[in-house]
Amino acid sequence: MNYFSNNPALKFQLSHPLMQKIVTLKEQNFADKDKYDYASRDFEDAIDNYEKVLEIIGGICAEVIAPNAESVDHDGPLVLNNRVQYARGTQENHEALAQAGLYGMALPRQYGGLNFAMIPYVMGGEMVSRADAGFANIWGLQDCAETIAEFADEEIKAEFLPRVCEGQTCSMDLTEPDAGSDLQAVQLRATYSEKDGIWYLNGVKRFITNGDAQIKLVLARSEEGTNDGRGLSYFVADNKHDHTVKVRRIENKLGIKGSPTCELVFTNTPAKLVGARRMGLIKYVMSLMNGARLGVGAQSVGVSQAAYDEAIAYARERRQFGKAIIEFPAVYEMVSMMKAKLDATRALLYETTRFVDVYKAYEGLEASRKLTPEEKADYKDFQRLADAFTPMLKMFSSEFANQNAYDSIQVHGGSGFMKDYACERIYRDARILTIYEGTSQLQTVAAIRHVTTGTYLKQIRFYESQTINPEFDSLRKRLISMTNLYENSVNRVVESKNQEYLDFQARRLVEMAGHIIMSYLLIIDATRDKEDLFRKSAEIYLKFAEVETRKHATYIKTFEVENVDIYKIV
Amino acid sequence: MSFKIVVLAKQVPDTRNVGKDAMKADGTVNRAALPAIYNPEDLNALEQALRLKSKIEGATVHVLTMGPARAAEIIRESMYRGADGGFLLSGREFAGSDTLATSYALACAIRKMGKVDIIVCGRQAIDGDTAQVGPQVAEKLGMPQITYAEEIIDCSENKITVKRRLERGVEVVKGTLPLLITVNGSAPACRPRHAKLTLKYKHAATPTEKQDSGSDYTDLYNSHPYLNINEWGVNDIEHDIQWLGLTGSPTKVKQIENVVFTAKESKRLTASDAEIEDLMKELIANHTIG
Repeated sequence: MNYFSNNPALKFQLSHPLMQKIVTLKEQNFADKDKYDYASRDFEDAIDNYEKVLEIIGGICAEVIAPNAESVDHDGPLVLNNRVQYARGTQENHEALAQAGLYGMALPRQYGGLNFAMIPYVMGGEMVSRADAGFANIWGLQDCAETIAEFADEEIKAEFLPRVCEGQTCSMDLTEPDAGSDLQAVQLRATYSEKDGIWYLNGVKRFITNGDAQIKLVLARSEEGTNDGRGLSYFVADNKHDHTVKVRRIENKLGIKGSPTCELVFTNTPAKLVGARRMGLIKYVMSLMNGARLGVGAQSVGVSQAAYDEAIAYARERRQFGKAIIEFPAVYEMVSMMKAKLDATRALLYETTRFVDVYKAYEGLEASRKLTPEEKADYKDFQRLADAFTPMLKMFSSEFANQNAYDSIQVHGGSGFMKDYACERIYRDARILTIYEGTSQLQTVAAIRHVTTGTYLKQIRFYESQTINPEFDSLRKRLISMTNLYENSVNRVVESKNQEYLDFQARRLVEMAGHIIMSYLLIIDATRDKEDLFRKSAEIYLKFAEVETRKHATYIKTFEVENVDIYKIV
Repeated sequence: MSFKIVVLAKQVPDTRNVGKDAMKADGTVNRAALPAIYNPEDLNALEQALRLKSKIEGATVHVLTMGPARAAEIIRESMYRGADGGFLLSGREFAGSDTLATSYALACAIRKMGKVDIIVCGRQAIDGDTAQVGPQVAEKLGMPQITYAEEIIDCSENKITVKRRLERGVEVVKGTLPLLITVNGSAPACRPRHAKLTLKYKHAATPTEKQDSGSDYTDLYNSHPYLNINEWGVNDIEHDIQWLGLTGSPTKVKQIENVVFTAKESKRLTASDAEIEDLMKELIANHTIG
């Protein structure tokens, strides 16, 4: 079994027409090929390299990480002498991936990375999550290296990035007891010592994933006397395990139990400033957050896949009333709907990732030369699309992962409620997805701007204009009328000029846009695909999306602005 | 200081995942129905070789495999995991070899490699399960051998210390180099492919493969000599033709029987001392145990 080779939907995404643009921008004339013996030589070679490496990840996922998932969930990590000790399986997973050189995939080659685009990196995340969603956090924290690569000075990059590629783990230390969603309230203190020429960190962090990592990115208050986001800076600390960073405890969680969630005490921890002072929250954390949300998108799709895998295997095997339960309409409808949600969010995941890839590649290019006005405009377009799609992806994929995990247990019936089947672990693991890195409610806050400014509508019209297989014409007609409903609903809400009313209806509007976008993506994928991988899901998802869109449209149409008051609780 | 480690590896049909069409009507293995894989215990051997390489400065690991053109895959797979290169011994003259002819051919190839410090191979291949090739190669080369190895504990000053896994325990033995080690399946699993090595070596090919693929990477092979996998035919080794292939193979298959396992009678015991004691007596009496 191999999570890459045995999943044609992933390979399909690597064949997307935009890949040519992404690889070309990313590899900058394949200049690295004479410097590094593992660098790609041309476009085909680059895609082949992606596939080769994804095959390695897919193998480790199926052969090491997935078989360890149950014992990792059971054993969990421990705290011994203020240090975290991973579960045995976690350690094995980490060693296998490190040994295979899979940390730092997206980093530039000069620091020991593979200089891969985000697409294959996100695919790796999806596969690791399918094997064990909790472990995906430890692997996914290599995102921190991206932030260092993007914003830190050369000296810090040279010090830390090669270590990430060798398999040292990272953590991003943001949250504090009184600063969760509201990070402006961060209090951990950073003081500069003129004598030592270095910063020292003092304070407490809470809910820190993989908090005992070797390399820590810490958000801290560097400007004494301030109390908002503008007094925060970003630091990198080398956790030398000399007890300047102590793990006070780890949380006992509902799910993702293998991933240690730590409470940390910093006592005169030496640290270096990343980028410019005061930009910690405003610029760097926001950038890091977008990457993390994309990561949760990948994690969610992986969990959806795992939930679906378990459900369909059980439904085929389990016999009642003389036949396999998959033959009953109530069951096959449920399982096909799971597949449709999985395929829809996967399409959205890779569409979003491509947008991120293009704008990040431009960002990289801009560092080495001036962009032409056309390139600059293209860069901004893709950045806007990435900004618009990332929160939508995070919201939908995490909500659907939970729905699929719920249905997976339902397909298993009473057995699914027992610890004997993986679906109960998947159900618990899924629950955090709609919460961390910004709740679904906060994703709506980020996404609604793109409803009112028309980013989504413009992109929907773009999808509408794409060439599709004539057999999907009737589906497109339905999507056009759904789009009209969406436009009317948006106008109705915006015309009220009432911010609270807009906030109240925001989720419904974002969902309408999302349903339409995912339906289009499935039709476009089904048009391009030769193996008939997505046709069923396209039709099934559109039926579901149509009803959901109409439901929301009706709700908004019959809802008066003052009706909001009925819901208010004082 | 150079230190040459040679791993003997074989490409085998994956007999662990046997479907119903795994055997042909005439009782021979249907190779087309089974995927070709790296013999599992040879992977354990490769891991031991790679660990040894990391401990000894200047050590190299080369893989020697005998088989058809596609067996070059075994050499590439080894390079993805850390081997420096390899040799494919291929040609119709080697076809139909039993263990005697195989070990003869391998021994001839090893002699051609010059000074070799250690030969490491898997205990046995899953298609034949003979566990004869390793020991026979050692005999033909006049080398000492350590079989059933689980771990190479130490290697210094021409001596090697090896832990062996035996039926009822373990044994630690010492040997003098050069020597041959056969590695047990209980030894640590082989490391995964390494991403950078995989990308570095993915175009590695034998002359035959390069010819067949019509690859447009000619410059690549000239500028990157490590991408050329050695391919030896019968004329590249010093040999006596009568010991090769079918003529050199005294083993003749008399008959192959297709055995279908069926469940026999079952017995249900209650958890009482008396019944367990009765069962023990019965098993000892019919020599199932003891």
